[in-house]
Amino acid sequence: MPKVTFRAPDGDRTLDVPPGTPLMQAAVDDAIDGIVGECGGNAMCATCHVYVPADAADDFPPMSEAEDEMLNCTASERRPTSRLSCQLPAPVHDLLVELPDEQ
Amino acid sequence: MTGVPIVVVGAGHAGFHTALFLRDEGVEAPIVLVDGLDGPPVQRPPLSKSMLLGEAEPRLEFRKPEFYAARDITLLHDTVARIDRERHLVRLGSGRALGYRDLVLATGCRARHLTVPGSGRAGICVLRTPHDARAIRDALGRADDVVVVGGGFIGLEAAAAARKRGCTVTVVESLPRLMRRVVSADISDHFRALHEAEGVRVLTDTTVHAFDGDTRVRQVVLADGTRLRADLVVLGIGVDPEVELARDSGLAVGDGIEVDTALRTSDPSISAVGDCSSFPTRDGTRRRFESVQNATDQARVAAARLAGRTVEFDAVPWFWTDQFAAKLQIAGLVPDPEAETETARIGDAADAFSVLHFHNGRLTAVESVNRPSDHAAARRLLAQDTSLRPDDARIPRFRLPGTAALRTG
Repeated sequence: MPKVTFRAPDGDRTLDVPPGTPLMQAAVDDAIDGIVGECGGNAMCATCHVYVPADAADDFPPMSEAEDEMLNCTASERRPTSRLSCQLPAPVHDLLVELPDEQ
Repeated sequence: MTGVPIVVVGAGHAGFHTALFLRDEGVEAPIVLVDGLDGPPVQRPPLSKSMLLGEAEPRLEFRKPEFYAARDITLLHDTVARIDRERHLVRLGSGRALGYRDLVLATGCRARHLTVPGSGRAGICVLRTPHDARAIRDALGRADDVVVVGGGFIGLEAAAAARKRGCTVTVVESLPRLMRRVVSADISDHFRALHEAEGVRVLTDTTVHAFDGDTRVRQVVLADGTRLRADLVVLGIGVDPEVELARDSGLAVGDGIEVDTALRTSDPSISAVGDCSSFPTRDGTRRRFESVQNATDQARVAAARLAGRTVEFDAVPWFWTDQFAAKLQIAGLVPDPEAETETARIGDAADAFSVLHFHNGRLTAVESVNRPSDHAAARRLLAQDTSLRPDDARIPRFRLPGTAALRTG
């Protein structure tokens, strides 16, 4: 099964994630501390912010305008690689995402 | 962990997130989350939406059961019978006493029942808990005629689900228009038309006189004597805050448990968050909101204060509802219809538009139908005291998302 690594300031956590599972769900299921997901995966709260690899854009569905707007509401700095992990189905291969300092 | 715990009463959106955010804040005290429901804590939004469709059951648990031990949060399936404020302890329903360093009341609300003749008959349901939702979901599979009493978010979401499952559906609302408490007349009209186009019968300015039948409800009798066939009645007539525990303990209670801007009750070692909390706003009035946003934002503030930070609750309220193919999102508070307001509509599509509300020239609320990016932009603008004026929004091809970026720099 593909492995997703969540990189936080205090270290890495790697999970086996079935392809298609929203990364937010995988993270909260395994108690990854840096992901909150307080709206339940509706792209309405910006508390599941992650930084994806710069070359991973093709791995994921394009960003909707709503996600783009919500990313202006994140607690930590928005970067070109920012995404909301509730909108990212796990890819079929391994992946490393970085967690921001704050949600 | 040793020491006197922070005890959180209620594990809905507010209570669960209070416990979570306390840990995220680095609080080292033991945390005990007391909840009357079995199983791990659950979220409620899907209960009136996907849960009722009779398909795969939506995920309700905030976290898997192992999460709580992993974050050193003790989950107690129990109730709190009373609070001994002098001795800083709660007496649980099981009889056990539990001391607290700080106490957080996240007791939520309870669904209102209708007290009219026959309201005790089987087949008349409220929708608040997972158990309620599963019962309605199962009943919808057997029902032909469904009457929904109450044209608010919950009632209309239930009506949409019932219609999608092939039932004949009537919504009975006592006020002149749908969702009167939270949306503008334009949005009420839009959703009435939507429901009617989908085959829902909508009766406004109409009240229920009685429920007729045998052991089960068979007919809903309206105040004018009209009888509606009903195999199932869903009551969506609002909720009342769970304040008994607070009131019995001598805490200040009005429409909810009264708190200050830091969400402290009249006893500084007791906080109240979420649906049950009545908080002061900038204009001096008190408010109480029943929403995911209010629950999580208050949880964040209460947790930060209990971690020793100085914080005040002053968040932009937002709400959402899904009915048929329409997602309605509201940011801010729609002004009272009697207040002098200006509105501007953006979006030409009949099924995707936003209504901006201005009061004294200032943006106060944005209602969006299938325009989630407008909603996100509106929340950002409202949080920053925007200089957007009604005439700005009337310029052709005006875009709210662009405005957020421009005005906030």
